Amino acid sequence: MTMTTSATPAPGKKVNRIGLELSAYRGGKSTLCAGCGHNAISERIVEAFYEMGVDSRRVIKLSGIGCSSKSPAYFLGQSHGFNSVHGRMPSVATGAMLANTDVTAIGVSGDGDTGAIGLGQFAHLMRRNVPMIYIVENNGCYGLTKGQLSPTADIGSTLKNGVVNDLPAIDLCALAIELGASFVARSFSGDKKQMASLLKAAIAHRGTAMLDIISPCVTFNDHEGSTKSYSYVKDHEEPLEEISFVPFFEDITVDYEPGTVRQVSLHDGSTVFLKKLAGDYDPTNKATARRVIYESAARGEFATGLIYVEPSRPDFLTLLNVIDQPLASLPTEKVRPSREVLEAIMDSLR
Amino acid sequence: MTPPELAVQEATAERAVRRVVNDLCIQVATVNGSGSQTANLVLLRALFQMGIPVSGKNLFPSNIAGLPTWFTIRASRHGYIGRKKEIDVLVAMNLETAREDVLAMEPGSVVLYDETFKLNAVRDDLIFYPVPFDRLVAPVCPDAKLRKLVRNMIYDGVLARLLGIDLAYMDKALTRQLAKKAKALTLNQAALGAGFEFAATSLEKRDPFVVEPMGATAGKILVEGNAAAAIGAMMAGVTVVTWYPITPSSSVCETLTTYMRKYRMDKDTGKATFAIVQAEDELSALGMALGAGWMGARSMTATSGPGISLMSEFTGLGYYAEIPTVIFDVQRVGPSTGLPTRTAQGDILSTALLSHGDTRHPMYLPCSVSEVYEMAIDAFDLAERLQTPVFVMSDLDLGMNTWMSDPFRYPDKPLDRGKRLTTDKLAELGDWGRYKDVDGDGIPYRTTPGDGLPVYFCRGSGHNEHGQYSERAADYVANIDRINRKFQTARALMPPAVVDAVQGARIGIIGYGTSHWGILESRDQLRLEAGVESSYLRLRAFPFGPEVADFVAAHDRVYVVEQNRDGQMAGLLKLDLDATLLHRLRSVLHYDGMPLDARTVTNEILTQEGR
Repeated sequence: MTMTTSATPAPGKKVNRIGLELSAYRGGKSTLCAGCGHNAISERIVEAFYEMGVDSRRVIKLSGIGCSSKSPAYFLGQSHGFNSVHGRMPSVATGAMLANTDVTAIGVSGDGDTGAIGLGQFAHLMRRNVPMIYIVENNGCYGLTKGQLSPTADIGSTLKNGVVNDLPAIDLCALAIELGASFVARSFSGDKKQMASLLKAAIAHRGTAMLDIISPCVTFNDHEGSTKSYSYVKDHEEPLEEISFVPFFEDITVDYEPGTVRQVSLHDGSTVFLKKLAGDYDPTNKATARRVIYESAARGEFATGLIYVEPSRPDFLTLLNVIDQPLASLPTEKVRPSREVLEAIMDSLR
Repeated sequence: MTPPELAVQEATAERAVRRVVNDLCIQVATVNGSGSQTANLVLLRALFQMGIPVSGKNLFPSNIAGLPTWFTIRASRHGYIGRKKEIDVLVAMNLETAREDVLAMEPGSVVLYDETFKLNAVRDDLIFYPVPFDRLVAPVCPDAKLRKLVRNMIYDGVLARLLGIDLAYMDKALTRQLAKKAKALTLNQAALGAGFEFAATSLEKRDPFVVEPMGATAGKILVEGNAAAAIGAMMAGVTVVTWYPITPSSSVCETLTTYMRKYRMDKDTGKATFAIVQAEDELSALGMALGAGWMGARSMTATSGPGISLMSEFTGLGYYAEIPTVIFDVQRVGPSTGLPTRTAQGDILSTALLSHGDTRHPMYLPCSVSEVYEMAIDAFDLAERLQTPVFVMSDLDLGMNTWMSDPFRYPDKPLDRGKRLTTDKLAELGDWGRYKDVDGDGIPYRTTPGDGLPVYFCRGSGHNEHGQYSERAADYVANIDRINRKFQTARALMPPAVVDAVQGARIGIIGYGTSHWGILESRDQLRLEAGVESSYLRLRAFPFGPEVADFVAAHDRVYVVEQNRDGQMAGLLKLDLDATLLHRLRSVLHYDGMPLDARTVTNEILTQEGR
């Protein structure tokens, strides 16, 4: 597939700061079900990368297996994509970022892909703080294999055929915080504004930005017995705060009342402003973040927003102290030691 | 190395009257964790420094401390460095195994033992040297807590005296070993001296074994196979190393880490030109290696059989999505956990065809430390050239044992980064497709993220030559056939087999990997003891070159010697050879976990030959 990007837009077309139209950020036509929440998430990804002015040729998009993992084909068509194996996208993404940190990585996974077969790799991605955006499109069921229960299905929820889930759900946000993730957020695929802000903040975050996005399955999990149906989520969503993101390369707008915001600085100099609905909520406080998740879950509600952020935590590449130039592009003279080095090693073995 | 002459095993009766010079096998039986490794390596290195060809093999249990362990040193004036089953000198330091070890010895051989074991009562046809270890160690090591470690050096002193090793060689080897530990060095030197003095004053030499300087090791090195692989990977310019600990492969990445930190890190900034990551499991290790390979980095992992099993799914992805990476498989005994610290060639068939669907993977088959070094370098070039996972099939015998070798050669050829698309090539091609066979060799041109060239979607699901998702039958067949064409291209890119065709020989032997050393010695035994001439073909890679079929066609019977139960390489050969040749193949199999020895090969071939 040959794709080129034109930086010269058609006259009169709206472009972003690097001169690209929104269409340059779109992908292929979705083959997911009409009305699937995943499509809405893809739309928000398109908008976020466009608005942030990210060169999509310097973005890699990765996924595992499942409905969610098909979605990278539907956004950022000018980016390299990698559809890997079930649950194992985190390791591929980790290796890719080890090789070249000059790109922005976005991974898309599902609740089965992340919470079941891929739970181990998810755990280690969080604790390593690999610089990437990690989105879980969470619908509490296996869509591509026609509706089996996933580990994020709530206890007591049912399948269409009446099978009841007797096991407690894994809360991926709580788990991510426990494992050391530096950016943990939850949203709802129908909440355009909140998701757009969270995505833009995630793009700017230096480290793993985990977004658990409740994305109802219109075909297999949108019925009365499900706690991840549209109607259930709309009735039970509890926004933590109103969030907006102000990129460092644009003027700060006056939409936000100074007296009601909380500021969190990110690595690249940009800033997230959090409009608190709960007066004492502090997203940099791990204990508070845990409590909010547990208390909202106990009430059968979803706490949405930026639940936890730790901007100062060093990312994995920083910890490894890797050279600034991408490892993938180092020339021979930088990666092959000299003849003298080999001779010294040989001498040590005599 | 070609041995100049046969190692004739001296008859028992002759031993008492003859001097057996520079031809013996010493086995030290100790308890794991008792600190005997220093004493064993000092003895090995002293013989090496005398110019005598040597090899050292460690037979150790899968635990940390307390179980029996054996270290075998073979010195051979003939240059044989494979395993010799018959032990000439036993050093019995472990009461638990001492009786059994003594009962297994050939008449006329030697037992040096802790006098409290009273082993001379077990048999009367061996030569016994009792040594009062506790009495000797006490005065030279006042600290009782250290005596356990130091007492091993006493048998080095006794052996030095009995075999005729100048103490200067022992002292030099000991100093090299403990140069940075002054107190330990002093204590061990004292123990060495005490053992030597005791033998000089209290033991009468009654055995025929002696060693003499012979100058056959000048310029050579002593190294383990895993260290050789690590040095090769570093010289190949590896940048991303991802691995999960597993015996017997762990020391590949551990040694590599040591070397990379020393030679690939900026001394001022501490910045590294590499990333080494200990993954959470083998699945992740290969997933990371593939992610890095997709991005254009030289990546690798190292593992053993259980890890190979776990890597099956990702290997299939690497094969079908066409991503370069290098996998070192240091084989051990399976199935399942098997014998984790024993050697085998049991992953050949599973690795060649690893994963589901139609898959075949290039494998290098090194037999020596120098070859694993060179193949490590070549493997990275081949992986990028073919854009596929490439395996280097080592084993525990090669990887974890100490081998003598010529020093490694500096690689003069530049890194081969394979078919990377360039702006000029793009202009020439016009319509670039990630999986188009432009040159007819099955190898397409690739781009990597961030290089500014056209993008593609990398996936393990069905795709057409443009990398677009496709379930069309014609697309699938065209793609899978092209990948097979690429595999056929590998036949010309990988090292051909080494053939020693002997005029008039009706039987041929095919071997690979560490089986080589036993085969080498066995061919001499067959010729000198039974008058059987044999030709020999040593495989160095899969897929096989045309010389393999030619070799089989040229001999009436061809014995495929390997270290597994089911004749796995013979099976691969049968998949590859013309059906008219298959009846010529026979198997010689060895699979008890011990390194292959010459006598086993000789006896089996003679049996099958009806001799």
